[in-house]
Amino acid sequence: MTEPILTVDGLTTSFRVDKKWQPVVRDLDFTIDKGETVAIVGESGSGKSVTALSIMRLLQPGSSRIEGSVRLAGTDLLGLDEEAMRDVRGGDIGMIFQEPMTSLNPVLKIGFQIAEVLRRHRGMDAAAAEAEVLRLFDLVRIPDAKRRLGEYPHSFSGGMRQRAMISMALACQPKLLIADEPTTALDVTIQAQILELVRELQKEIGMAVMFITHDMGVVAEISDRVVVMLRGDKVEDAAVNDLFAAPRHAYTKMLLGAVPKLGGLGDTKTPRRFPKLDADGAGPEPQNEPDTRGKTLLEVRNLTTRFTIRGGLLNRPVGNVHAVEDVSLTLAAGETLALVGESGCGKSTTGRSILRLVQPAGAEILFEGKDLMAAGHAELRVARRRLQMIFQDPYGSLNPRQAVGSAIAEPIRVHRLMDDEAIPDRVSELLNLVGLEAEHALRFPHEFSGGQRQRICIARSLALEPKVIVADESVSALDASIKAQVINLMLDLQRELGLAYLFISHDIAVVERVSHRIAVMLLGEIVEIGPRDAILRNPQHPYTKKLIEAVPIPNPAEKRKRGALLTDELKSPVRALDWVRPASRMYPVGEGHLVREF
Amino acid sequence: MTTPQTAVTARRPSRMTYYRLALATVGRGVFNAFNANKTSWVGLAIFVVVALLAILAPVIAPYDPLDQNILYRLKPPSEAHWFGTDYYGRDTLSRILWGARISLVIGLLAIGSAMIIGTLIGMVAGYFGGRTDLLIMQVMDVLLAFPSLILGLIVVAMLGPSITNLVIAISLTAIPPFSRIARAPTISIKNREFIEAGHALGYSHIRLMFRHILPNIAPEVLVMGSLWLATAIRVEASLAFIGLGVNPPTATWGGMIREGFENILDSFWLALFPSLAILIVVFSLNLLGDGLRDAVDPRLKGEE
Repeated sequence: MTEPILTVDGLTTSFRVDKKWQPVVRDLDFTIDKGETVAIVGESGSGKSVTALSIMRLLQPGSSRIEGSVRLAGTDLLGLDEEAMRDVRGGDIGMIFQEPMTSLNPVLKIGFQIAEVLRRHRGMDAAAAEAEVLRLFDLVRIPDAKRRLGEYPHSFSGGMRQRAMISMALACQPKLLIADEPTTALDVTIQAQILELVRELQKEIGMAVMFITHDMGVVAEISDRVVVMLRGDKVEDAAVNDLFAAPRHAYTKMLLGAVPKLGGLGDTKTPRRFPKLDADGAGPEPQNEPDTRGKTLLEVRNLTTRFTIRGGLLNRPVGNVHAVEDVSLTLAAGETLALVGESGCGKSTTGRSILRLVQPAGAEILFEGKDLMAAGHAELRVARRRLQMIFQDPYGSLNPRQAVGSAIAEPIRVHRLMDDEAIPDRVSELLNLVGLEAEHALRFPHEFSGGQRQRICIARSLALEPKVIVADESVSALDASIKAQVINLMLDLQRELGLAYLFISHDIAVVERVSHRIAVMLLGEIVEIGPRDAILRNPQHPYTKKLIEAVPIPNPAEKRKRGALLTDELKSPVRALDWVRPASRMYPVGEGHLVREF
Repeated sequence: MTTPQTAVTARRPSRMTYYRLALATVGRGVFNAFNANKTSWVGLAIFVVVALLAILAPVIAPYDPLDQNILYRLKPPSEAHWFGTDYYGRDTLSRILWGARISLVIGLLAIGSAMIIGTLIGMVAGYFGGRTDLLIMQVMDVLLAFPSLILGLIVVAMLGPSITNLVIAISLTAIPPFSRIARAPTISIKNREFIEAGHALGYSHIRLMFRHILPNIAPEVLVMGSLWLATAIRVEASLAFIGLGVNPPTATWGGMIREGFENILDSFWLALFPSLAILIVVFSLNLLGDGLRDAVDPRLKGEE
C-alpha cells in the first residue's frame, strides 16, 4: 500500500492559559489518502480548526505548543524550518477559510492576488501567471473570467469570492486541500454549488481534501471518511457509509440524532420534537405535536419596507433597497409560520417591520384586531408586550453588564405587570420554565454558553406573557445538539402556552421540524406560501424547488445526482428611484397553498 | 466573579442586589483596564501620596502658609525651611502642601462636572444620531477649536477669578473632549442587538441610555478622566501663572511660580519647587492614564 498523503500521528496541541498548558487537541491520529476526502466533524470547541492550523503551523509559537508528528507525503512538517514551511503553505497544502469576505485583500485586484501566489511558488512571469489564473478561473467556473480578473474583491459576491479563494488554493496544484468550514457563511444554494465544485475538482485533479465542518448534511454529501471530534479527542473514525448506517460512539449517535432530515416528517401537518439527546446518544423519534392552532392572531397585509440609498455630492436619494415588497401573511394562535429564504431576501426585515422596529413604507398589520400601523407610541408599547422577538445572536442580545435576573425582571417592571415584591419569584419561575436554575439570576451573560443565553432571551420575552414571538434566526448560531434542545423548548412552550411563532430561518431542515406552514421569500416577495407538507413535497415555484434541492441530505446513501453545475447568483433588491414593481399575483394551487406567478 | 451569596438573597435577589452587581462590573472594567498595564499602578501610587499630602496639609505642614516673617524672607532651603522661604518670609513647603489642595479640588470638581455633562451630551448625540448628533457635535467642535488655555482665559476674564469660576472655566474646556469620548462607544453599542431587543421589549429611550448604554461606556469615560485631570491641573496652574488664578494670598502652585519668577536669579527655589510639584502630579496622572488608555480599546474588543 502506498503511503497516505497526510499522516497525523499523536498530534497534541496545547494553548497557554494562565501560565498552564491546556491541551485543545489530544493525541489525534488520522490519515488522508490520495484522492480521498476526509471530513473532520465536531461542534464548536472540539478542536477541529486548531487541528488544521496545527498542520499548517499557523498558530502563535509563544502561546501554543504542537507535539506529535504530521507527515505530508513523507516529509515531517513539524520538523521543517520556517522558510521551508512557507513553501509548503500555499505550495503543497492549499487552504480555504470560512469567511470569504475577509480572506481577500480589499485593495488589490483579484487577478493580481492569485498571480502573486503563482509567482511566489511556481516562479512564473507575469504573462504566464495571468494565463494560468484564467485557466484556474475557468476551472472554478467563474463566468466571464477575463473581465473579472481585473476587479476588486468588493464586486464579487460571497459565492464568487469563495470560488476565487479556491482557485488561489489550487494555484500551486497542492497535494492536500484543507477547507475550514468553507460553506458555513454561504447561502444554501451557493453551498451546493461550492460542494459540487470541490467534488468535481477533486475528480479532475485527484488531490486529497481535509474538509472541516459541523454540518452532518455536508459530511454526507462530500466525504469518503469521517473523523468525529469531541472536546479535543477523536471519538470515531469511519467510512462515511458505515458512520451514518451504524454510528458506534454515543456522541456520534447524538450528533446524528440532532440533525433533522428534510422530508422526514412526510405528509404530517404538525411540528415534531427532536429525540431526547444525552450522553447515551439519541432517544427514539418522538410523536408529532398535537395540533394547537386557534383563531387568527396576526394578519399582515401588503407590507412594504424600503431603505433609501443616498449618494452623490449632495447626498440625494439615488435608489431604494426594496427589502420587503407586498408581503401578506396570517398567523393563528399556537401556530408556527416559517419564513425561509436566503440572505438579503428580506425575511428579517419582515419580522422587524411587523414589530415596527423598522418603519414600513406601507402596510396593514392587524394584531388582535388592532392596526399596529395606526398605533401611537404608547399603544405600540402595549402591543409589544404581546408581540415579542428573539434575536439571532445570543452573544449580542443581552447586556453584558446586566445580571441575568435583572434582564428578565426589567420588562416586568417597565410594564408594571406585578408588584416589586412578587418579581423575584416570577424570575425564578421563568428561569425554571426555560430549563435554568433560579440561582442563575445573579450571574452575568458571559458566564453562560450560547444555548443557555438563547434560553435567557426566551425567558425575557416570556416575562411579558406574549402571544406571538418573532424568532429571527434564533437557533442558527447554535451547535446542532443545542439547537435541538432550544427547539424542543420552543415547541414545549407552544403546547403549554399556546404561543404563535413567526420562525425566520434559512435552514429548511430545521424549519420542517418546527412549522405548520412555510412562506418562501425571494427578493423581498413571498413567492410561495402554504402548509408545510405541501411546500416541501409539492413545491411549485422554481425558486422553492431550487432551495429544497440544495439542502444537503444527511445520508450518504441518498447522495443526490445533481444536474450541471450552476453558477447563477441571487439578484439584488436594489432598484432605481422610478422603478415600478411589475404586477404579479399569487394563485392558489391547493388548500391554503399560494404561488406567485413566474 | 459573583461573591458567595446567602441563601436568602440568592433565591430572591432584590433590585438593589442587581444594581450592586451591575456597579461591580463597571468597577471590574476599570480595574481590568488598570491591571493590563503595570505602569498605571506606579502612577496611581504617586498620585495617592500627593492626594494624602494635600488632605493632611493642615496637620503636616510645618508652618501656616500665610504667616509672614519678614526677618526670614528669601532664605534658601535649610533645616527649618526645607524648601526655603519667599519674599514675604512664608514657608514654601507649607505653601506647596496647601496649594496642592487648591489644585486638586479645582481639578477634580472641574473634571467631575465635565465628565458628567460631557458624557450626557455625547451619549445623547450618539444615541439619537442624525441631525441631533450633527448639531451637538458641531457646537462641540467649535468649543474644541479653542485651545483650552484661551477658552479658560476668556471665561475667567469675564467672570473674575474665584474657585467656582475656575471650575466653570476648566470644565467648559473639558466638556467637548468628554462628549467625543462618550459618543464613539455609544454609537457602537446602540447598534448591538440588546438595544434593539430593548426596543422590542418596550423600553423607553431614557432607560436604554441610562441602564443599558451608560454602564457599558462608563469604564472608558472614567479611564479618560484621569488623563484629563492632568490637563485640568496644568490649565489651572497656567491661569494662576498669568494672574487669573485664585486671588492671592491663597497659596496656588501657578501663583507661586509667578511670584518666584520675579526673583528667579537669586532665589531659584521659589519657582523650582512648585514647578516640580506640578511635574510630579501631571506625570503621575499621565502614567496612570496612558496605561489605562492602552487597555481600554483592546479590552472592549476582547469582551465581544
